[in-house]
Order: sequence, then C-alpha cells, then structure tokens
Amino acid sequence: MKCQKCERPATFHITELTGGKPEELHLCEECAREYLTQSDSPDTGAANLAGALAQQLAVGQTAQELARLDQQACPVCGITFFEFRNKGRLGCPHDYVCFQKELEPLLANIHGETTHVGKRPKQNAAADTDQLTQLVRLRREMKEAIAAEDYEQASKLRDEIKQIKDAG
Amino acid sequence: MSDKKLELDYLAHTSGEWLRGAGPQADIVMSSRIRLARNLADFPFISRASEPDRTEIEKTLHDAILQSELAGRLGYLDVSRLEGLDRQFLVERQLISREHADSQGARGVALDEEERVSLMINEEDHLRIQCMHSGLDLERAWDEINHIDDVLAERIAFAFNPRLGFLTACPTNVGTGMRVSVMLHLPALVITRQIEKVFRSLQKINLAVRGLYGEGSQAMGDFYQISNQITLGRSEPDLIKQVGDVVPVIIDYERKARDVLIKEGQQNLHDRVSRAYGILRNAQTISSEETMHLLSSVRMGVNLGLIQDIEIPMINQLFIHTQPAHLQKLRGVELDTADRNIERARYLRRHLNREDGNDASKN
Repeated sequence: MKCQKCERPATFHITELTGGKPEELHLCEECAREYLTQSDSPDTGAANLAGALAQQLAVGQTAQELARLDQQACPVCGITFFEFRNKGRLGCPHDYVCFQKELEPLLANIHGETTHVGKRPKQNAAADTDQLTQLVRLRREMKEAIAAEDYEQASKLRDEIKQIKDAG
Repeated sequence: MSDKKLELDYLAHTSGEWLRGAGPQADIVMSSRIRLARNLADFPFISRASEPDRTEIEKTLHDAILQSELAGRLGYLDVSRLEGLDRQFLVERQLISREHADSQGARGVALDEEERVSLMINEEDHLRIQCMHSGLDLERAWDEINHIDDVLAERIAFAFNPRLGFLTACPTNVGTGMRVSVMLHLPALVITRQIEKVFRSLQKINLAVRGLYGEGSQAMGDFYQISNQITLGRSEPDLIKQVGDVVPVIIDYERKARDVLIKEGQQNLHDRVSRAYGILRNAQTISSEETMHLLSSVRMGVNLGLIQDIEIPMINQLFIHTQPAHLQKLRGVELDTADRNIERARYLRRHLNREDGNDASKN
C-alpha cells in the first residue's frame, strides 16, 4: 500500500476519530511523523468533537440562531456555548443541565442513546448531585465578591457554602 | 508501598504485571485495560478550574485515596513536580496519559507496586481510574476497578445525574465514563494486509482502533488497541461483553493468518523472523521505529516456535524499555537521538545475547 500523501510505501496505519466516525490514514514514516506532530496538540480530539457538534447544529439552525445559542452561558461555571463548541470540553456538571437541549442531539450522535443504564453510586443511588454543583457557582461568586472587595457578600456566600457542604 | 518502590529510578529496572505475558491468549493479547472517568460534583471541570480549584481537587482526591482501604497498596506521585523525563517515563509505562504528562498545574497519580492500578488526578477529568491486566482478562479488570470506584464513592460525591449517569468534561465519556481496551499484537494480519478489513468491521460496530500509546498514536510494533466508543445507554457489563466478544474473533483471524504465512512459505517466514532477531542482536545503532518493527517479528517468531531461546515476557519488556525515556532513566543521563539509538542497540544486545535470556525479572 502506498502512502496517502506521497509515493513511498505506507508503513503507518492510523485510525482517527473524527466526529465519532473513525477515519483511516495510511502514511509513510516521514508523513506519519509530520502528521502526528501536528495532531499531538491536545486540542485535536476536542476540535473534532466541536466539528461534529457544529455539523449537528448546522442542521435546522440559522446563522442567527447559532449566534444566539453561542452566547448562552452556564450560570454555574460561566462557560458560554461558544467556548464549549470551540474547545469541545464542558465547564462543569451543570452544563449538562443548562445546555441539555443542545447536547441531546450530540449525545444521540455519539452514543446512539441518551439515557444512562449503567452503574449508580451506592451512597446516593437515586440522588442527583445537582445541589453540590451549586457550590461551583457559590465559590465563583465568592471569589468575585472578594475581588470587588464586597466582604459582606463574600462572608454570606461563605456561610452558604458551609451549609451545603455540611448537609452533604 | 515503600518509598523505594515508587522511586522512578527503581521502577525503570522492573516491569509491570501487564507485561508478564500471562493470562488467557497472552501470545496475541498483550493486555486488558479498563478506565473510569469521574469528577467531583462540587468543582468545575478541569478546563474551567482555577489553580486554587485544581489544588483543592488534588488534595481532596489524594486524601480520599490515601485514607481509604486502598492506601496500603498505593503510592502517590506529585506529577507537577516531576521532571519532563520522569513524566515521559510514566507515559511510556502506560501509567499516565500523554495529556496528563504535558498539562500544567496541580496533578498526581496513585500507583500500585504491580502497576496494575493507576489513579490519575486532574487529567481531562478530575479522576481517571485505570486497571490493567496481562492477557485477555476484562472480568478481573472490571471487578478490581468496580471495587475501587465503590470504595472512593463512599468518601467522594462524584458528579452524577440520574438520567445521564456520571458527568464528564467531554460528552464522549458521559454515562458510564468507561473505556474498555484490549491491546492486540497482530503482525500476521498486517503482513497479509487483512488488518484493514478488520478495522472496517470493528468500526461498523462502533469500536475504535488505536496504536500502542492511545489516541493519535501510530500502531507501533503491530500493536492495536481496540476499545468501545459508546459510553452512554449501555451497562458496564454490556460494554465489556461487546469488546470481550469481538476479541476472540480477531485472535482467530490472526491465528489463521499465521497459519497461512507458515503454509505459503515457512522458509520465508523463518527467514524474516531470524533476520529481525539477527539485527536486534547485532545492531550498533537503531531507531525506536525499527526496534518496534523488528521486535514485532521476533515476538511472532517466538509464539510460532521459530525462535526458542527467548521468552515473551522479555520481548514485551523490550518494547517498553527501549522507549526514549526508559533508556535515559536506565542509563541515568539525558541522551540526544543519536546517543539514544546507540544506547538502544547496546541495551538490545545485552538482553538478547545473554545465555539466560529468559528471565525478564532481573536486569
């Protein structure tokens, strides 16, 4: 078999996951090295995922709708949908709740299913950890309050954090 | 675990349980591995975590692990304080991922002495638990990792949603957070050019194929890692079964391809294997790629009885110990590419020309 990029024999066979669909590459040593150094950047997988997502969204979404969607931000961690689309990584557990509508088609595309049927943690078998996720927001707000020298607000938030922690 | 055992310089002279060449189908299956992705419910995922967040996540997980019943068998390494060479060493050893080695900030790894268990803290997710066994033994790996997960869940509230399961930084891992991987040595399928066919059929049933060092890595030494892509909507035993059911089929193909090679020209095959062995035993300078390529032939030769004075555990070990960081750790100095190639040849000569070439445990 010949290398896909030049005439030399292909000695490296690489399988890439692009948007959940594997893609095969057959390269000679030199082209493989060049390719792999490029793709070594940690963003590659994310970029692929983001690509898949963009495709998903492109169906039935106008540019305007997409722009509006991109500006949505998670109230807990502050990540915007645009940032997620770019990085392919979510910001906190709450993103699965607040971007649920947008993530659903993506999950269906990747997994073919949208509901978990596997293991559940024994301790809180049915319980959601959503309450604990609020700590992410409270800590962020406390940091912002301290930065703004609003110490009254900061101490209020600190108490609130303690309350949730003690309850958990 | 004693401190001495976690000294990386000491580890450089040993090899993990998964290289033992034991367990079912170990001639073709190098190792079985399962990993679980978990995140703390009360912290942002890594991409949004501040430095103090990361420090606190690390401390929380570190303390939970070392206060649990797991503590007795685990030692801890602060990866952020390791030098680049040591981090690379752990990657070659498959104890941490390349991403974990190359990232920034507070992070660590808890390891057991046999290198079967590794708990990476602050990788792509807050916690990545990994269990690895020699040969095809996914059930044991699952029992072990499931237990570790239970033990930690008693102390830590993992981000979990009843509908979506375990929540992960990347939606590709949500649900079970589980990746089941089996590393296969498939030289005959490569030689007979049937490997593409195998790939295509695996892709049709949603299984991924990668090289020895995971995502984006080339299939060095004819090693292929087969793993599930789907993590949501199926139970853990189902996901394990899917991979576990397909592996024997591939093993069978590989065995048939070996039979064909022998039937169509035992002389040719014997020649190919012997030449590979000859080069490895005599080369004065050799690249990593060539080494992997030749070791692959020798490994198959040993399994087919064409080479009889060396055993599989030694060859398995050579695949890992001739990687760049291992050579430098073993030598105790940093080496550039040219010097590494000389050192690699020296290392191979030393280990392949010994009368007692079978004992991989001693160096």
